[in-house]
Parts: sequence; C-alpha cells; structure tokens
Amino acid sequence: MLATQLETAAKQIRLYTLKELKALGFGHFGGSLSIVEALAAIYGKHLNVDTDTANDPNRDYFVLSKGHGGPALYATLFLKGFFSEEVLYTLNQNGTTLPSHPDRNLTPGVDMTCGSLGQGISAATGIAYGNKLAGQDNYTFCIVGDGELNEGQCWEAFQFASHHKLENLIVLLDDNKKQLDGPTKDIIDPLDFVAKLTAFGFETVEVDGSSVDAIDKAIAQAKENKGKPQAIVLDTIKGQGVKHLEEKADNHHVRPNEEDWKAINEAIETLEEQLEGVLAK
Amino acid sequence: MTLILEKTEKEMRQVYAETVYELAQKDPQVIVMEADLSSSMSTGSLKDKLPNQYVNVGIMEANMMSLAAGLNITGRKPFLHSFGQFLTRRAFDQLFVSLAYAKLSAVLVGSDAGVSAEHNGGTHMTFEDMGLMRSVPKASVYEASDPTQLAYLLKKGYEEGGVHYIRTIRKDTVKLYDENTNFEKAQVLRDGEDVTLVASGIMVAEALQAADMLAKEGIEAAVIDMFYIKPLDGETLLNSVKKTGKVVTAENHNVNNGLGSAVCEYLAENYPVPVRRIGVKEQFGQVGLTPFLQEFYELTAEDIVKAAKELVSQ
Repeated sequence: MLATQLETAAKQIRLYTLKELKALGFGHFGGSLSIVEALAAIYGKHLNVDTDTANDPNRDYFVLSKGHGGPALYATLFLKGFFSEEVLYTLNQNGTTLPSHPDRNLTPGVDMTCGSLGQGISAATGIAYGNKLAGQDNYTFCIVGDGELNEGQCWEAFQFASHHKLENLIVLLDDNKKQLDGPTKDIIDPLDFVAKLTAFGFETVEVDGSSVDAIDKAIAQAKENKGKPQAIVLDTIKGQGVKHLEEKADNHHVRPNEEDWKAINEAIETLEEQLEGVLAK
Repeated sequence: MTLILEKTEKEMRQVYAETVYELAQKDPQVIVMEADLSSSMSTGSLKDKLPNQYVNVGIMEANMMSLAAGLNITGRKPFLHSFGQFLTRRAFDQLFVSLAYAKLSAVLVGSDAGVSAEHNGGTHMTFEDMGLMRSVPKASVYEASDPTQLAYLLKKGYEEGGVHYIRTIRKDTVKLYDENTNFEKAQVLRDGEDVTLVASGIMVAEALQAADMLAKEGIEAAVIDMFYIKPLDGETLLNSVKKTGKVVTAENHNVNNGLGSAVCEYLAENYPVPVRRIGVKEQFGQVGLTPFLQEFYELTAEDIVKAAKELVSQ
C-alpha cells in the first residue's frame, strides 16, 4: 500500500473513531486519536491478519496494551470487516460487544483482553515467545502508552523480551506526553524513552507519530532487524488530528462541551469531505 | 486403635516436578514456568530436559501471569509455580484479568502453604490464598493433602483447562492414598455418627489423629479430606453431615474465606447445622517450625478435639 493510501486509512480510522465516540457522547478521545496513525500503518499494511485468517496460528497478533484506546481499535477492526458499522455505535452500551477496554471474548479481531495497564505488554510478549518457540516467523505488535509505562510490570516484560531476543515483537510506544492526571513529566518524568528502551535491550527508534509514512518505514525497518525485540517510540499528541482536542488541557476522557462538539462535528465533516468517494466503496 | 501415619517417600515438590515432566513429555504444548524458585520446587533439572517447554522468568510473578496468558493464546498449556503468596497476593490482578477474565487456561501451583513456610516467616506465609482464589469466577481451588492426590489434581487441571489453583506444601507429607484411589470426589477417610471433621492439606492428618483421640472418649467422628475447596464437594459433605449433624472444619489458612467459610456457606444454604472452624484467626504469619506454629495458631489435633467435644456436648 502506498503512503497516500495509508494516509487515507488513517483518515478513515480517525473519522470512525470520532463517530463512534460521538454516538456514545463521551469517552477516551485523547488516547484513541493519538494512536490512529499507528493503527493505520499496522492494520493498513504490516499486520498479516484479516477476517479469513483470524484463527490461523501463523497470522500476526496485535495487543492494545493501553486498553483505553479501544475506540480507535474498534474503528480499525470495523474497517477491516470484523463487524458492521452498526456494531461500532454500540460502544459501551448495555450488553455491547465493544466495551470501553478490549475484551478478546467479546469483540471479533481482538487478540487480548486489556485495560488493567501494564498487562497487555506482558501478554504480547508471551504471544511472541510462544510463536518463537514454535519456530514461526509471524509478528506480534503491541501499542503501549507512555503513562502506562509507569507500571513496573512493563519493564518486567521488556526484560523478558530482551533476554529471549524476541525479534518477532514490535512495541509501539504512544508517547503523547500526557496521562490521566496531567503531563507525564509532572507526574512521573519518563526521562528518555529511547535511552531506556535501548538500555533494556530493544532496538529502538523514535519517529513522528503523526506521520503514517514515518511509522510505516519504522515498522518495515523493525522487521528487517534481527536478534532483538523492536521498539518504535511514537512522538504523538494526545487528541491527535483534531486541533481543538489537541489543545484541550484535559483530553484523556472527554465529556465534550458545546465548543468541543462544534470542533468534533467540524472534524467529522472535513474527514468525510476528504474521504468522499473512498467511503462510498 | 492408634493411627500411624507414615511419611511418603517423595516430597510434594518432587511429585510436582515429575508430574509436569511426564505431562510435558506427552504433550509438547505444556510449558512449565518458574519465577526464580525452581530450586525450591525441584524443577531445576527440567531446564535441560525440556529446553522448549520450561522457562524461568526471573523474579517477576506479575509478568509471569500475563506471559502465561499470551502463551496460552498461542496454544501452550502453562503450569506456573511460586510460593502461594507470590502467585495470589502479589500477582492477583494479573491472574484475575490476564488469565481468568480473559478466559484463558493455566494450572497455578502455590507452594509452602500456610505454616509450612516455616523459616521464611510472616512475609512468605499465606493464610489468604484460598480466599483470594475462591473469589475468582470459574477458578477451581484445591488443597492437596497427599502426593498421589497432587499428581491427580495437576492432571485434572491440565485436562480441564481454565484457571486451576492447587495449594500444597513443598516437602514431606503423610501418605494417605494408594495409587488406585478415585479422586473424583472428596475422600471420606473415616465414618462416624457423632461429628464430621472436614479438613484439607496438612490438617487432614490432624483430623485423623483427632478422630482417634475422640474415639477413645466414645465420640465417633467422621473425617473428610475436602480437597475440593471450589467447587466444594457438597454432596460428600452432606452425606456425612446428615448423619452427624455437627461439623468441625480444619485448615492451615485463615478461617475466613477458606475451607471453613466454604463449608459454612454450603451448609447455611442447604442443611444448617452447628459448625466450629479451626484455622488462623485474624493473625499474620511468623517464623518458626511447623509444630510450634501449629500450636501457636491452634492448628493441632488437640484443638480439633476440643472443638468437637464442645459441639457434641451441646
């Protein structure tokens, strides 16, 4: 897929993430929007899985360790054909198959139940380890949050992945520089993620996390690299791609006010205009 | 008649290591996981014997739980061991969310049950593990009292899938069963008309001794090895209680949330009778040898006798 097509994929994911959250009326806007480009690159090009191969053990796996980004994953899975658009708008409704945090037993296409932060990266590491033991060459992708890396368990998982040279594990770190209670540097200063992950034995690069092309190239390079687990630090903005939400101080879990809705609706309209013709397909 | 309980030839940890090795040889999907306690559990030699089916994750129990979940997603069948408190108290949310809530499978073996932690003392002494595990939906909870039974429970957990927690001591135990024992139900080790003693783990031997002592005073006590803590084997319990109408429970665990609670809950809803619970009451663990600790926490045959006599005389 060409970069322009991946950019289109990102626009589609962003559009449906916004429409999905709009249908609910509130939710995890910030951390969903910041992973849109990463999801576009992963699901648009690199993750070898579709509805036909979902049960094939040789397919690639994806774990959204920062489970609160669920709405963006659901938008992506809908676009991949795992369920219908109607289902997308049942997010968090009573009896839904799309709970706030992903559940492998409820949602088609979801590989691991996440939401209790720190656990997804361990599970992804277990998947990668299991596949490596089996002699398979498939990849496990995992998106972790910058705030999530407060959890010590993540660093346990990194040590394990490094010790066992899990080159089939590609960790994408959504460094949007905010956690629920504020800027990460004010709560627990993460210092230098690249230096830390490198010290933990990862082949690590940092890229512009708002550039789907940059992420695509980084993943392609990560697949070439051997002998170490791979980390891609994504320099992102919480609320990415919707200027008004990016600028909102508290944008983790948003109950939009009138001004917010105006911006969200404008973003939806703009994306729909940009995607005219694509969506009709 | 004076009861003589012989020590077994094998320690529980040897039984664990041998059983998981046997299962791993038959099934390449079995994977044995340790968190830096393989030397305590006799599984160290499995590293060489099972190069692709054994992993020592290091001192990271929380990570081990979620790793096991990921491994199970790829089809592996994980066996996890650590001291009981590290598996349950320390890694409870990981166990709960990554394994149980995600409906994945693992056999969890928590060793050094209760006072058997001896010289590791209060930090390492779990009187809460069965209580924690009983609150995990769909999890099975067992306390092994004998090597043959432990091997059976390990195989059962492997075959059934889901989350199974087996609580055990690590070292010597008494021999209660021969190899042909049918463990599908809780074991009635002794019949009696006056009181039912329901015990698990090391307290089964105490209950048998208590029954001997009671017999000398003309009190006929039934003894049940209730290794099925959850789901509780209510049928076997009820069969005896309908005859005796009185129950003493005995566990090397907090009286709250463990065997005693499970028995009380079952009887309250199905066949209310007077119950006395022998077990640890509102206390933490401490350093000491097992006989000292059993006396300190009132976990001896004499304590069971005292409770039974009080009940019977009512």
